Amino acid sequence: MLSVKHISKIYKTGVIETAALSDVSFEIDKGEFVAIMGPSGSGKSTLMHILGVLDMPTSGTYILDGQEVSKLTDDEAADVRNRKIGFIFQAFNLLPRTTTLQNVMLPMRYAEVPEKEREARAKKYLEMVGLGDRLNHTSNQISGGQQQRVAIARALSMDPAILLADEPTGNIASTQAEEVMEIFQQLNDKGHTIVMITHEPDIASHAKRIIHVKDGKIIKDEKIKQYRIKKQIVKV
Amino acid sequence: MKDLVETFLESMTTLTLNKMRTGLAILGIVIGIGSVIALISLGQASQQAVTNQIQSLGANLLTIQPSAQSSGGVRGAAGGGTTLTLDDAKAIASAPQITTIDAVSAELTRRAQVVAGRNNTNTQIAGVDATYQQIRKIDMASGNFISSTNDATIGRVAVLGPTVVSNLFGDNANPIGQFIRVNGQSLRVIGVTVSKGGTGFNNQDDIIYVPLSTAQKLLFGVDYLSSIAVEAKTSDVMTQAEDQIGYFLLARHKISDPTQADFSIFSQSDILNTASQITGTFTTLLGGIAAISLLVGGIGIMNIMLVTVTERTREIGLRKALGAKKQTIIRQFLIEAIILTFTGGIIGMIIGIGISYVLSLVMSLPFTVSSSAIVLAIGVSGAIGIVFGWYPAQKAAGLQPIEALRYE
Repeated sequence: MLSVKHISKIYKTGVIETAALSDVSFEIDKGEFVAIMGPSGSGKSTLMHILGVLDMPTSGTYILDGQEVSKLTDDEAADVRNRKIGFIFQAFNLLPRTTTLQNVMLPMRYAEVPEKEREARAKKYLEMVGLGDRLNHTSNQISGGQQQRVAIARALSMDPAILLADEPTGNIASTQAEEVMEIFQQLNDKGHTIVMITHEPDIASHAKRIIHVKDGKIIKDEKIKQYRIKKQIVKV
Repeated sequence: MKDLVETFLESMTTLTLNKMRTGLAILGIVIGIGSVIALISLGQASQQAVTNQIQSLGANLLTIQPSAQSSGGVRGAAGGGTTLTLDDAKAIASAPQITTIDAVSAELTRRAQVVAGRNNTNTQIAGVDATYQQIRKIDMASGNFISSTNDATIGRVAVLGPTVVSNLFGDNANPIGQFIRVNGQSLRVIGVTVSKGGTGFNNQDDIIYVPLSTAQKLLFGVDYLSSIAVEAKTSDVMTQAEDQIGYFLLARHKISDPTQADFSIFSQSDILNTASQITGTFTTLLGGIAAISLLVGGIGIMNIMLVTVTERTREIGLRKALGAKKQTIIRQFLIEAIILTFTGGIIGMIIGIGISYVLSLVMSLPFTVSSSAIVLAIGVSGAIGIVFGWYPAQKAAGLQPIEALRYE
């Protein structure tokens, strides 16, 4: 599904060069649920940005869903983000004063999906995350956990190759965080590939594999055993 | 095209969802454009008011006076001659070779003692014909001016200036129908003129108008004129009119050497010079007002657009992260800026015109709407609004999405 080979990212501040990532390589298969962990400054956010094609590596190759995406123009990168990656941000990043339905429809607007289909798909995914009764609420009228579920529906709307979550529970209450993680696990059960950045071991423990990053390098890559109680939140 | 319509609808939605931000941006543009239109219109109204006042003094007026007589080495006062006659005036009016004039008025002016009841005053008596009112732009406060019938019948009537009225009858008195005595003749007052506000020697309010024939035959017993007033068609043909009349009168008086002419022609060149100076000053003033108000309005518009678009850098980052291309974002912000400046421009134009209308009423100026001000205001402010809506948007759209998302 995705393959990263010898990726480095070097930031230049005047003459001083800082390596945020140095020679990182790994592969993630379809259907995996991977957590990338590390302390702050470890390079995990840089890695997340490169995986999300929000930033380009200084060197190395990145193949996503069979396509080399490490050297793209601005607009090509936008297209790849639109079609292959579903983002879930720590701060939700919903458009303010805009309905949940409109928010979920936004990526499909950029993909020029016909308007009727946009609405139908947005409704379907909002129902899937349990917000079928909140279609016309604006983002400031719903709770943090609900906002993150809207963001998940938005990430799903283009049926992307991977879901990329950056500290998805960082801004929400712990009970709602559990709900969000439940949704992730059920999406993963249905075959969605999920990559999640976190620094919380509790949250990371929901994943099937944890990549530990420190000082711009991978220091440990472990598969973990799952033990959890299933709650039926995701319908369909 | 379909995409453009969709972007337009989307922009409208965004703008209506963020009422506060949209309202502030439109307000900035309304004030910018409205103030420019109001200021320039006000300036032009003042300019027109001044021009009108100058016109009312007779900017295109030529005065022909007899030359001072120089017999036996004694030179009399200018205008004291007897060489101009009513026939001269009639000939000038009907001469086919004088093409640049509109009207001719013959006048005989003398000073005399005037009595009304127990009051008396020494004032100017002007024997005039009916065209005098048109040429000198005399407005009546009450009653009528000297008519051509009065002139033809040697009518015993008089029209008084406001100063004469207060001297003879007291302030705010109505003298119409009363009688005054001039040189032993009794004249009935038929009208009072509006104050023109002249002062001193040339006080146009301290004057009594009587029919020319009455002045010549009844009051003073002379057959010459003290001056002939000629109204040129426009102030631009003054020199031409002066030449035509000059040559015509020389020929009529059978004088071959122009230096020996028994008349002289004065144009209101002082007034004209002053007029063009004032107009020039006003043009400069207007330019200054326009420049300053455009600058102020433009900076206001620039600020509000910069702030509202910069505030949305994170939104731009998000849109890029979700797959919006740079052009898509720039187009969206450009369309929003166009909608804002267009709406603000229309409202600003209406308010600007409204303000200049109210001010023209309050300050009793002529109401003018300067179309060039509207074009200038909407053109410049619109361009500023669109440029400063577009510029930060294209800058933000050019950022890496993560930089834009992190923007505080």
